[in-house]
Amino acid sequence: MGRTLFEKIWDSHVVDRQPDGTCLLYIDRHLVHEVTSPQAFEGLRSTGRRVRRLDATLAVPDHNVPTSDRKLGIAEPTSRLQVETLERNCEEFGVELFGVTDQRQGIVHIIGPEQGFTLPGMTIVCGDSHTSTHGAFGSLAFGIGTSEVEHVLATQTLLQRMPKTMRITVDGELGFGVTAKDVILAIIGKIGTAGGTGHVIEYAGSVIRGLSMEGRMTICNMSIEAGARAGLIAPDETTFAYVKGRPMAPKAGAWEQAVAYWRSLPSDPDARYDTEIVLHGQTLEPQVTWGTSPQDVVGITGTVPDPRAADAEDRRRSISRSLEYMGLEAGMPMSEIAIDKVFIGSCTNGRIEDLRAVAKLVEGKKIASRVEAMIVPGSGLVKYQAEEEGLDKIFIDAGFDWREAGCSMCLGMNPDKLKPGERCASTSNRNFEGRQGPGGRTHLLSPAMAAAAALNGHLTDVRDLA
Amino acid sequence: MQPFTKLTGVAAPLPLVNVDTDKIIPAKWLKTIKRTGLGIAAFETLRYETDGSEKPDFVLNREPYRHAEILIAGANFGCGSSREHAPWALLDFGIRCVIAPSFADIFFNNCFKNGILPIVLPQEQIDLLMQEATEADDPTFTVDLEAKEIIRPRGNAPLPFDVDAFSRDCLLQGLDDIGLTLAKSTKIDGFESQQRTGQPWLYRAVA
Ligand code: SF4
Repeated sequence: MGRTLFEKIWDSHVVDRQPDGTCLLYIDRHLVHEVTSPQAFEGLRSTGRRVRRLDATLAVPDHNVPTSDRKLGIAEPTSRLQVETLERNCEEFGVELFGVTDQRQGIVHIIGPEQGFTLPGMTIVCGDSHTSTHGAFGSLAFGIGTSEVEHVLATQTLLQRMPKTMRITVDGELGFGVTAKDVILAIIGKIGTAGGTGHVIEYAGSVIRGLSMEGRMTICNMSIEAGARAGLIAPDETTFAYVKGRPMAPKAGAWEQAVAYWRSLPSDPDARYDTEIVLHGQTLEPQVTWGTSPQDVVGITGTVPDPRAADAEDRRRSISRSLEYMGLEAGMPMSEIAIDKVFIGSCTNGRIEDLRAVAKLVEGKKIASRVEAMIVPGSGLVKYQAEEEGLDKIFIDAGFDWREAGCSMCLGMNPDKLKPGERCASTSNRNFEGRQGPGGRTHLLSPAMAAAAALNGHLTDVRDLA
Repeated sequence: MQPFTKLTGVAAPLPLVNVDTDKIIPAKWLKTIKRTGLGIAAFETLRYETDGSEKPDFVLNREPYRHAEILIAGANFGCGSSREHAPWALLDFGIRCVIAPSFADIFFNNCFKNGILPIVLPQEQIDLLMQEATEADDPTFTVDLEAKEIIRPRGNAPLPFDVDAFSRDCLLQGLDDIGLTLAKSTKIDGFESQQRTGQPWLYRAVA
């Protein structure tokens, strides 16, 4: 029987198989950031161990980094200590670091692909659940805990049980104004946040094949919100074209050899999956969340759900609680919800293509006067590229705040936070209670939809702006 | 890692389902650079008022449960974010064993890596233990990992439990995962030299 892309990658990384089926898996790339690594380095230090593969390890601070002027440093003492600790650890162990003032600094899941550190066919880990992003290249990429970070630093391997496989096929094509973000939100709405539990998801079908690498990363990024261990997409010409020429990508002779290998990775036609799901591209409209879980999602032409219409008592209660937290009335049209803030950025939607989509919509216009809107590029290089293209001028003229790279308002660990009760249209990935700051209310949507909301001051169907 | 053989201590009943890692340790505590010291913040929002004073009703604020070493909880314990700060906070508080009908995957694994024993039991047995922990004058239990049984107060019959052999071994001997893997260094070396020949582009030159 044929093998899936996931099985091919798994099989080629087994170092040892224990009698109970647990595998010691070789790890090709390890990304490190400041929040989940200090205790791991401390562990190495106390046991006198070293980092096994410096060339396979890359570190960057992102979660705690302020997005204001870099020269001012980090004011908050615990954030500063965590970032300085990363710097000291990298220095001591010899790990390559893109420091706070390095132009290559950015969100860990943006810089890996950008540098060509992320390549097809690899196993990639990071102490962060959104490591699934890197699966867009046809690699097996997943988040790990801090003890596992230490395990990988010391041994370049991990003990793992083989997950199940799921294929999600999105066929047909996407309508005007519908993007990768809408596809993944619709998938999560369909299968739920526990739908992918215990599985690795492979995304397939004409819609997925038609996406750029940026779009594919958006999809794989939110696999974790669908409960999956990882998400991946078969590498193809789009992948190779993106990777070619990146600073850490294979050069000259090695390139041909690498591409020949990568071409052997896609799932065999007779490969089997434990679970199969199919969505039709034409049926999708721009999506937006109304509640406090990523599965609480509807099309922009829809309304806020009525808890009384739910079929089970605990679902009724959870919808009511979400609506109360979100300050929404059942039956209200989504497009009438007024917003206070707009956040465009994060490892889900902080890449150049996302910024171009926003610029296209807001060029020559002004955002609504009641709205404060910020755009945070995913990395220093995304920022540089956007400025080369003159996008920063478009944003500033339209009334956006143009920031330095980092996780920013995706989570409340740095100065960019919502105030209690503030409502935000956000291109990030989690709308949990308090995720963007205590009491803050989050509506997840695509960059184009966020731009439309910024212009009108309320959630808006981007298709009406064309 | 401290070995886990036989643990005798007070068991606290926490009859809540879906206790997520945010509840066990809120995000603002993730800025620490140490594994220790998180005990004071364990279950912060359940345990403290906004002004920092203790909520007198919360089980871990009451005698004798303030000294609990065992926690009995509802289904899907430890769901949500993968933060290992959650088991660290429990450990620092003094809890070395959590008994529940089910656990979230990553949390379950993280427990073993920190010398905490997570035990899965059917709901009826959890209800029974929960009741004993609530009502017994002295809610002290003994968890015997060697014999794989829980010895209960009031002389009730011991309850057997299951745990996979490899994880049990590691806990009993206090084995460090990394040490075990490093014992397989020759296999890792072998894998690397083969991979380096087949896929040389995976190995970068570093300064
Ligand atoms: S941007 Fe958000 S989701 Fe992504 S790594 Fe940073 S905090 Fe995590």
